[in-house]
Amino acid sequence: MSTDIAHEEHHHGPPKGIGRWLFSTNHKDIGTMYLVFALTMLFVGGASAMYIRAELFMPGVQFMEPDFYNNMVTNHALIMVFAVVMPAAAGLANWMIPMMIGAPDMALPRLNNLSFWLLPAAAVMLILSTVVPFLPGGGSAINTGWTLYPPLSIQTGMAMDFAIFTVHILGVSSILASINIVVTILNMRAPGMTLFKMPMFCWAWLFTGLLLIIIAPVLAGGVTMLLFDRHFGTSFFDAAGGGDPVLFQHLFWFFGHPEVYVLLLPSIGVLAMIIPTFARKPLFGYNSLVGGMAILFTLGLVAWAHHQYTVGMAAGPTTWFMIITILISIPVGLMLLNFMMTMWRGAMTFETPMLFAVAIVLMFSFAGVTGIMLAVVPADLEYHDSMFVVAHFHYALIPGALMGLLAAAFYWLPKWTGNMYDERLGKIFFWWNVISFNITFFPQHFYGLAGMPRRIVDYNPAFADLNMISSLGAFAYGLSHLLFLYIVIKTVRGGVKAGNKPWEGAQIGTPGLEWDLSSPPPFHSFTTPPVVK
Amino acid sequence: MKSIKNKIAGLAGMAGLLLSSEVIAKSKYNLPEPADPIVQQIFDVHMVTSAIATIIMIIVTLIIVYSLIVHRKDKGYVADQNFHKSWFGRWAWLLVPLIVLGIDFSIAKTAHKTMETIYDEHPESDMTVKIIGSQWKWSYEYMDSGIKLTSNLNRDLTPKDEFYLRDVDQPLILPVNTKIRLLHTTTDVLHNWWVPQIAYKVDAIPGYITETRTEILKEGTYRGQCAENCGTGHAFMPIVVKAVSKDEFAKWQEEQVAAAAAAAAEASSDKEWTMEELFAKGKEHYNKTCVACHQANGEGVPGVFPALKGSAKATGDVKVHIQTVLNGVSGTAMAAWKDQLNDLEIAAIITYERNAWGNNTGDVVQPKQVAAER
Repeated sequence: MSTDIAHEEHHHGPPKGIGRWLFSTNHKDIGTMYLVFALTMLFVGGASAMYIRAELFMPGVQFMEPDFYNNMVTNHALIMVFAVVMPAAAGLANWMIPMMIGAPDMALPRLNNLSFWLLPAAAVMLILSTVVPFLPGGGSAINTGWTLYPPLSIQTGMAMDFAIFTVHILGVSSILASINIVVTILNMRAPGMTLFKMPMFCWAWLFTGLLLIIIAPVLAGGVTMLLFDRHFGTSFFDAAGGGDPVLFQHLFWFFGHPEVYVLLLPSIGVLAMIIPTFARKPLFGYNSLVGGMAILFTLGLVAWAHHQYTVGMAAGPTTWFMIITILISIPVGLMLLNFMMTMWRGAMTFETPMLFAVAIVLMFSFAGVTGIMLAVVPADLEYHDSMFVVAHFHYALIPGALMGLLAAAFYWLPKWTGNMYDERLGKIFFWWNVISFNITFFPQHFYGLAGMPRRIVDYNPAFADLNMISSLGAFAYGLSHLLFLYIVIKTVRGGVKAGNKPWEGAQIGTPGLEWDLSSPPPFHSFTTPPVVK
Repeated sequence: MKSIKNKIAGLAGMAGLLLSSEVIAKSKYNLPEPADPIVQQIFDVHMVTSAIATIIMIIVTLIIVYSLIVHRKDKGYVADQNFHKSWFGRWAWLLVPLIVLGIDFSIAKTAHKTMETIYDEHPESDMTVKIIGSQWKWSYEYMDSGIKLTSNLNRDLTPKDEFYLRDVDQPLILPVNTKIRLLHTTTDVLHNWWVPQIAYKVDAIPGYITETRTEILKEGTYRGQCAENCGTGHAFMPIVVKAVSKDEFAKWQEEQVAAAAAAAAEASSDKEWTMEELFAKGKEHYNKTCVACHQANGEGVPGVFPALKGSAKATGDVKVHIQTVLNGVSGTAMAAWKDQLNDLEIAAIITYERNAWGNNTGDVVQPKQVAAER
């Protein structure tokens, strides 16, 4: 033991200067970089959403060409999915998983460095794709939406090539990060930390990582075929050359549907940490939650074509995809029940993370029931590509992914920084954020039903009243994140000291090794493995 | 406890009342009123699933709200550390999926009958209309009578008008109480012909012919728009269907067939057209067919659609110009027009393009020159 301590004091502080970040192999530093990157991109993606809502504030084309509008729609989706939620979840995994399982660091630290530093490169490519159409000879903007459906994506100018390379780089980055996390979870657990003692966040990321390793190559293949169709005379997706435009849709959604769970599962894991803490009572149904995630993983891989009920598939496959999609309500229902029953007969207090958790359970349930409505084929043949769909997936992805990540930030900021965040500001942020979110997206269900398609720059005045409410809500919602930024900066700079375990109930029903470490934790988490009883 | 039970019963009753009421069914914020038997079935499925969704949400909300009110530390409630080991905790993993499965089953059963109708492989039909989506307009072909229509956005309306972006120069005319087969395809990218009151959606996909059906029950005007992102003009390709009585439709059909025959005769006649005639005709057709991309002022959209004003093609060799319009330019949004426009229309458009906006070439292109290039 004594040699270990001497060894640590000897040369194991963080290196100085920019090298600490550029060449970092430390899971906490890389985790921090992931989180800072995600937070930065949240404002970029958010700015494009603000533009979208400003344009839709009233009928008429007010600001830019229609192509720029759909370019913003595309960027908003690509940024939020690939550059905000996924990196933020990877940042949490980097920070928390080694501490939770009692490991000194991630299993593959250099790979970790590479998978982070690919992200800024991809972000630059994506920003270039927006800039290029404004340059002479740059061609047209990406007006396809994030699904990049051909033949429209074949018509687009060279901006599309930038987007395709962005997807390639991001795909490589997330495959590497996933391999690292899966390997860490399977190999680096402390003695006694069996799989079924792991904190639920680790389970959630285990499934997320495995999913990503399966699906990301399919998207990469799909967009590569698109690139070949665009430049090298192949006809994978060109009917005139014997190809099939629908094939791309299948490739895209084989990736795209499980991707939804890639975005959701880490936040489900976060909720499974937060709710027991503030209900002061063990997680209800640990095994059934793990089983539920396994079922979700499996069903999620074979449900993809419910995004394309309108491509004219035969009755057989359509029925299959409908039944599988409806069955997804079982694991999701089980998860929500477990969360509700963890709260039930608990001794709850309502700090900011818990407020978010309760709101998420409610709003995500709502996304679940509109999801079942959409799964029913005949009804979807009316809902498809309307604003109803937009409302549904924002209810799924904002509470289900983004708000879960915000809750995680509040929950773990005291651990990361050693300082408590400002609880009063946190609560103001919560109410501001959640109320304006609902004002933004709740009305979209109704003007979707009334007949407003998605991805249109201009609309009939019949949809004007609710669109205006939506836009006002969106501006308030967008602005609320500045308060979040302020709270984070304030907490990083100082504040009331948080103890090792700032939350009374943090270790109930889980080994909670992360709470045994100091706040902030030492540069290397566990140099000797702790023993879990 | 009793008061809570009463409240739950009251709320559930209110929700049921709300959902069953005509107010919701006919609301401007619900799916529009169906005017076709299949759409009516879809509408009914939608109302049932919405009701189930609402009831589930009410139950979930009540459980959470009750828990939030009662199970609080500041009310001195002590956490039940063994709740997950109670009989419910031990069997919830089985009980809850069974309940959810039951709900799922009832939803699937609701949809089943409508699915069978929609996926009927040999439906009866009295007439067939082929609907062709193009960037950014709709063309209709009545397969039985050979009538062809082209339907463009009415560009005269402003955002203040009731039918802004929902009005066209030439609506699709259909008879009521007739089983109509609708075939969908496209000349360029994906489109989706969506008129929610009379037909459910199906994509128009290059290389495919997809199919829907309609049997309009009531005379009137039905409006919709393209629902699958088709690029720059996606928001600007509305659909208007005018449903008329069978007699009126038969009469309209006769007129159209006669007019089409007259137009064809005119186009293939040996008449030498004057500059003025062709320019006027060309302006009319340009503003229907070409204006969405190349714009009324001929300047196009920089970086997206090329300008014709002062362009090399519109002022250079006539044959190249004719070829471009006939066969399109592969790999770009410029479509081939040879099947959609007759010789006279193409000659007129080219004459217009070569003499408008300061392109003063003085060229007069006759229909037979176009015919020679075909």
